[in-house]
Amino acid sequence: MSAPAPAPPALEVHDLVSAYGAVRAVDGVSLTVPAGSITAVLGANGAGKTTLLRTVSGAKAAQSGRVLADGVELTRLPADRVVRHGVAHVPEGGGVITQLTVEENLRLGGLWRADRADRVRAREEMYQLFPVLAERRRQPAGALSGGERQMLAIGRALMARPRVLLLDEPSLGLAPMVTRRLLRLLRELRDGTGLTVVLVEQNARGALSVADHGFVLSLGRVAASGDADRLLADDRTRHAYLGF
Amino acid sequence: MTDDTARTGRAAVLDRWRRSPMLLRHLAAALAAFLGIVLLTSVTDPFTNLRIATIGYHLVAVAGLALLIGVSGQISLGHGAFMFIGAYTMALLVIHVPGSPLWANLLLAIAASCAAGVAVGAATARLHGPYLAGATLILAVGLPAVALRYPEALGGSNGLTFSVAGTPPALSDTVPDPRWQSWVVWLAVLLALVVVANVSRGRLGRRLRAVRDDEAAAALSGLRPGRLRTVAFVISAGCGGLAGALQAYLLGTATPSSFGLALSLSLLAAVVLGGLGSLWGALWGALALVYVEVWGHDAAEALGLSDHVANNLPIALFGAALIAIVLLWPSGVQGGLARLGAAVRTRRIGPGGRPD
Repeated sequence: MSAPAPAPPALEVHDLVSAYGAVRAVDGVSLTVPAGSITAVLGANGAGKTTLLRTVSGAKAAQSGRVLADGVELTRLPADRVVRHGVAHVPEGGGVITQLTVEENLRLGGLWRADRADRVRAREEMYQLFPVLAERRRQPAGALSGGERQMLAIGRALMARPRVLLLDEPSLGLAPMVTRRLLRLLRELRDGTGLTVVLVEQNARGALSVADHGFVLSLGRVAASGDADRLLADDRTRHAYLGF
Repeated sequence: MTDDTARTGRAAVLDRWRRSPMLLRHLAAALAAFLGIVLLTSVTDPFTNLRIATIGYHLVAVAGLALLIGVSGQISLGHGAFMFIGAYTMALLVIHVPGSPLWANLLLAIAASCAAGVAVGAATARLHGPYLAGATLILAVGLPAVALRYPEALGGSNGLTFSVAGTPPALSDTVPDPRWQSWVVWLAVLLALVVVANVSRGRLGRRLRAVRDDEAAAALSGLRPGRLRTVAFVISAGCGGLAGALQAYLLGTATPSSFGLALSLSLLAAVVLGGLGSLWGALWGALALVYVEVWGHDAAEALGLSDHVANNLPIALFGAALIAIVLLWPSGVQGGLARLGAAVRTRRIGPGGRPD
């Protein structure tokens, strides 16, 4: 008997090009993210990591190439449509709305969904996942610390009940211990719910420690890819692109 | 002891007030305000009655603009144009459809300016900051000229003149026309303000604030920034239209010169002067618009100034007041009052003391 057909990849990117004027920040990137995996996208400053995520989620228009989630074409959809197809993006710095309360920020993430009862359920789940947010639900989000903001941003993205979560440098500005806790939490989330995570990080060692696969970007192209363990073990990649 | 129980009793009442549905709360406040206006107009002379009504329609225009600027973070230098549309819709309806009741005329005037708001808002939803300001400026300059272009239909520079129904016959013995008119104006204004207050405090307001603070993050959360911005523009335009229609109702005329660029800029200045973020700020702005004008004319008359100076004195005074307020209280009159209130409270509790 033959093995069962493999599930379609949660996210496929084909030959994506995304440019700011004449500068091609993402210059023909292809990658495949298996469902239920944690995939790290690594690389130096200016490698095109953030642009890649922004183009996938529709926050920025692509010049050419294709993006598919679960086989559904997302190319050229604006950001508010992409999130409706199950791809949620936590932008760099979180994009928390400081003028609204913690709870209002969370609710924002699910407003577009018609199922009101499930929105309430999702909110309670977020409070269980991030108890610190429950304590501060009535406070303005501007009063949160950096780590709490990152949790709020992730919680808000999860309110959409996405199948794919795109995370842009969640460790930015966080203490190492908070970063470790956050990364561990991503792993638990994946194990518990089957969520697919695409993790953009400068902190390559931390990201690879929780990821299954990794892609290394350099000047807008994929310079290396493979299993996280292999990338960690490959001295040449590590020295050339990851800096440790 | 009795003071304590009184305080907890008051706290309980306040608490119940805060927990009651927002719409109900706003309607109750509007009703209270309306009763206040009825009382106020009953003890003042007809001339003051009309002035109170004038404050009313300025208030709704300023409040609409404050919603646009404060909550959705857009700017409009062309809100006078929406007043123009409201006023001319009102005038045309009264002249050509004599049977149409006042409330229907007002609703149609709002609808007409909302429709214009949709067109402008959709076109400008992608513009930000100075570009948006520039685009709306075109409206303020261009639209009143339409009346000059079509003198047969819109009366040219003399505008349209018509007579509006005063107090209904049943009440005409007890309620003089100016008093009735100010009631009508304020009833419409307060109902519109209930809508504005509900929008700015409610779901839509939160969405608008999210788009204003971080458009990218709002879009990534599934909000549609362009559509939300257009909605804010439409509501604001509707307020302008209502203000224009009420002005036409009050004066019995609609002339292009009263909706020029100066009006649009004054509305913007009134928003800044009053302070963004609350309807009280809009009220201070509206009061300033009306009373600086009045005082300016009074002063010019008292000093025996020539017409050229006298006509511009109110504008100069308003400008001076705006500069003074922005220097002293950068967050407008309402912001300044809030700060004063906070200072008084801390002094009463004592330094380092805590309430409760």
